[in-house]
Amino acid sequence: MSNKTALAEEVAPSEIESEPERIVNDLAIQVATVNGSGSQSSNLVLLRALFRMGIPVGGKNLFPSNIAGLPTWFTIRANRDGWVARKRNVDYLVALNPQTAVRDVESLSPGSAVVYEEGLRLERRRDDLVFYPAPFQELAAEVTREVRLRKLLANMIYVGLLGELLSIEVEEIFGAIESQFRSKKAAVELNRRAVEIGIRHAREELVKRDPFTLERMDRNRGKILIDGNAAAALGAMFGGASVATWYPITPSSSVVEQLTGFLKRYRKGPDGKATYAVVQAEDELAAVGMALAAGWAGARAMTATSGPGISLMSEFVGLGYYAEIPLVIWNIQRVGPSTGLPTRTAQGDILSTYALSHGDTKHVCLLPASTRECFEFGWRAFDLAERLQTPVFVLSDLDLGMNIWATEPFEYPDRPMDRGKVLTREDLERLGGTFQRYADVDGDAIPYRTLPGTEHPGAAYFTRGSGHDESAEYTESEEAYVRIMTRLDRKFETARDMVPPPVVDQAETPSPLGIIGFGSSDPAIEEARNRLREDAAIEMDYLRPRALPLSPSVLDFITSHQRVVVLDQNRDGQMLQLLRAEYGDRIPPGVLRSLRHYSGHPMDAQTIVDYVTEMEIGAA
Amino acid sequence: MPAPDASSRPRKVNRLGLTPSDYKGKPSTLCKGCGHDAISSQLIRAFFESDVRPHQVAKLSGIGCSSKTPAYFLNHSHGFNAVHGRMPSVATGAVLANRRLVAVGVSGDGDTASIGIGQFVHLVRRNLPLIYIVENNGVYGLTKGQFSATADENAALRSGEVNRLPNIDLCGMAIELGATYVARSFAGDPKQLVALLRGALAHNGIAVIDILSPCVTFNNHAGSTKSYTWGKDNEEPIHILDFVPAMDQIEVEYEEGTDQEVQLHDGSWVRLRKLERGYDPTDRRAAQELVLEANEKNLFLTGLLYLDTSKRTFLDSLELCDEPLALLSEDQLRPPPEILDEVVASYR
Repeated sequence: MSNKTALAEEVAPSEIESEPERIVNDLAIQVATVNGSGSQSSNLVLLRALFRMGIPVGGKNLFPSNIAGLPTWFTIRANRDGWVARKRNVDYLVALNPQTAVRDVESLSPGSAVVYEEGLRLERRRDDLVFYPAPFQELAAEVTREVRLRKLLANMIYVGLLGELLSIEVEEIFGAIESQFRSKKAAVELNRRAVEIGIRHAREELVKRDPFTLERMDRNRGKILIDGNAAAALGAMFGGASVATWYPITPSSSVVEQLTGFLKRYRKGPDGKATYAVVQAEDELAAVGMALAAGWAGARAMTATSGPGISLMSEFVGLGYYAEIPLVIWNIQRVGPSTGLPTRTAQGDILSTYALSHGDTKHVCLLPASTRECFEFGWRAFDLAERLQTPVFVLSDLDLGMNIWATEPFEYPDRPMDRGKVLTREDLERLGGTFQRYADVDGDAIPYRTLPGTEHPGAAYFTRGSGHDESAEYTESEEAYVRIMTRLDRKFETARDMVPPPVVDQAETPSPLGIIGFGSSDPAIEEARNRLREDAAIEMDYLRPRALPLSPSVLDFITSHQRVVVLDQNRDGQMLQLLRAEYGDRIPPGVLRSLRHYSGHPMDAQTIVDYVTEMEIGAA
Repeated sequence: MPAPDASSRPRKVNRLGLTPSDYKGKPSTLCKGCGHDAISSQLIRAFFESDVRPHQVAKLSGIGCSSKTPAYFLNHSHGFNAVHGRMPSVATGAVLANRRLVAVGVSGDGDTASIGIGQFVHLVRRNLPLIYIVENNGVYGLTKGQFSATADENAALRSGEVNRLPNIDLCGMAIELGATYVARSFAGDPKQLVALLRGALAHNGIAVIDILSPCVTFNNHAGSTKSYTWGKDNEEPIHILDFVPAMDQIEVEYEEGTDQEVQLHDGSWVRLRKLERGYDPTDRRAAQELVLEANEKNLFLTGLLYLDTSKRTFLDSLELCDEPLALLSEDQLRPPPEILDEVVASYR
């Protein structure tokens, strides 16, 4: 805990006894409950209250693949410097789940605080923690007599308790309650009372003995709190999504569910009719088949899924690649293989998605690292898909997609939609009535297409996944096959120049050390770089690819460093493998180091700091 | 359409001024005598006679011999030969994107009753406006003669191998699942088939037409219940069916012997003359009983088995705008910046 150390050093030794150490705006709160107990609302109120106090904050839900009765942990990290990646150590535990309470308490570092249901008798377990017992059910009974409500309101009691213990401004808690329950007046009233009772209990029965406290800052001006899937959905709407077909699967369901909400509200014509179609299909095969054909027929078509769905979509995606059909597929990655850990996060589909389907296939993949990029890639993916006439994937993950992030508001698309090379009836008339569907007219390897329904006898062509020539005629000619496949390869090079470039952050004086990481690893990498710089004077340059195919600048970054850590949230170092496959022996031996994190938990900074520290000390 | 024929020979033209050859496709590459080619010919005839604008048609298919056929009719229509058993989802996506398309899907018994049965079920359930043709020959042709799931129990392959599993009756399933136009026909009965196809073109909803379409190479021998001979010997039309286009109705007098007329979505009519059976195709239970009876007695009953002109389609239930989604402008697709501000504010 570098911050603790830093603070302790500033305080003169003689003052320590009289004035206990205070740790301001730097803690992780973990609420351990049972899923289905209604604690999510309380956790969100807590998160939002801190957000409203202007403190950088993030919320992560670690939940089971289950509806009710299994353990769930919600973690809120508040950090004055803006570091809100997962933190391994918990500073404040709210222990309400008898199934996990003992283990939860045992895992705490000395000096941490525990708010708990007094019946659990956790104070006997450790003598190096600060314990704050409370009779939650009893206190909740003061709010209401109704048993079901009492259970739910017990959760809001801990919000009050924490509010008092951590000096959270009560007006901001109430504001967060109103925002959470919106128009439901009765709910707002009950929850406020529960908070007040929590505060009263803390004041009357508890003595503050831990160093953690929260103070107002001004770090959230203009910001919003949002999950990546909502951002993706919003981006898709502003990208003009007109057909979204999907099959429910965690953690991607909330992409189309939230998209549907936005579309219902904002995408009705003057006659009240929908300018979109959302269809819940019978499975992922149908979901992607519908989306692909909608793209073929000219809609801005998308689907969203996760690993098992990606596997099922494989055949259609190959068709989309070979027949050159635009389509956007969101892959909100979860832990595989197979069913894996459906409610845990990973970056385990990079290789399989990049080369999805049989035969020679490769796909444009966008790699958002923030809710802002989820929004931006949400609309840009349609432009890329239609321009390149190919399926475009956006690889998010559970951490980015389902957890809650504070962010600057999103920027409205800065350019008109790119509908790609579509020939209209007028175009065909100008061309004398003929066109070749798969001919490279412009030298960029992207052909022209027409849409079904185009009123011109020369517009029609026959789309097939079997061998075809430039005129879209069936052929088994090896020359035609090679020509088309070679052009598709060149088209991928066109894509390479069109996709979002990597973000590179290098020190002014070149450092021998670099890191390549992507997607939801970003906050942990930035935090780790800062800590390495401050605590160990280690500069680590950073390149974050934002898309596949990789930009040539990735190789430049690798060759201009002596050691480059490649951070993957998967077991096999998939990004590392991709770099090796892409650049081969152009990468000097021994440069790439593979750091792999695959516990299913979001990436944390400590893991990177530990790895790099050991590597650099060994290298020195 | 293509430049008018220079020859002075009088030509048959439809109300669009198009000739049957404007509805033709590429030369077929199927086996000579294949039932599927006979069906393609009737599709050409039906689309010609019903004055369908070729550019408004989308031809969809899966994989198999049958699924190749969209290349062999309507050259001036977009076609999409997709993946095995997935024509229903492809048709759904195309129609969602452009509701003005006249969608015709061609599938086979393997493509529909085996690998594609799940998509078939859900397509029918949605009542998507689509003509769904099953070119049913009881075998896998392209992989050289394996039984399909519509092969009749105890039917024999040429090799002598006997099918011991009961067949799946796609018409029975379609009626059960809520299809609104269900017919069974025979590639060797062009008159009935063209009337059924024209009726399907006039219908608004899913039209499933299961057509016995003999495979001359792998399933046309004695002992097959999907052969030409078996079809000819066993076909029993449940009625004589005429298609009367909307514009003709006023001119045509009520025909003697007509037992039932049902008006279709576009104003045209199907006119039925009873044969031995007094059968009403708008009666769903009767339709189900008829299919059961046919299966129990191994009868080959053809005609319009079921018709429901009242049920809403998938497009109705989605409350889609009238303009095809594929043709919406940027103004219609991308809400203005104020909307982004409004949504963002709700996350503060």
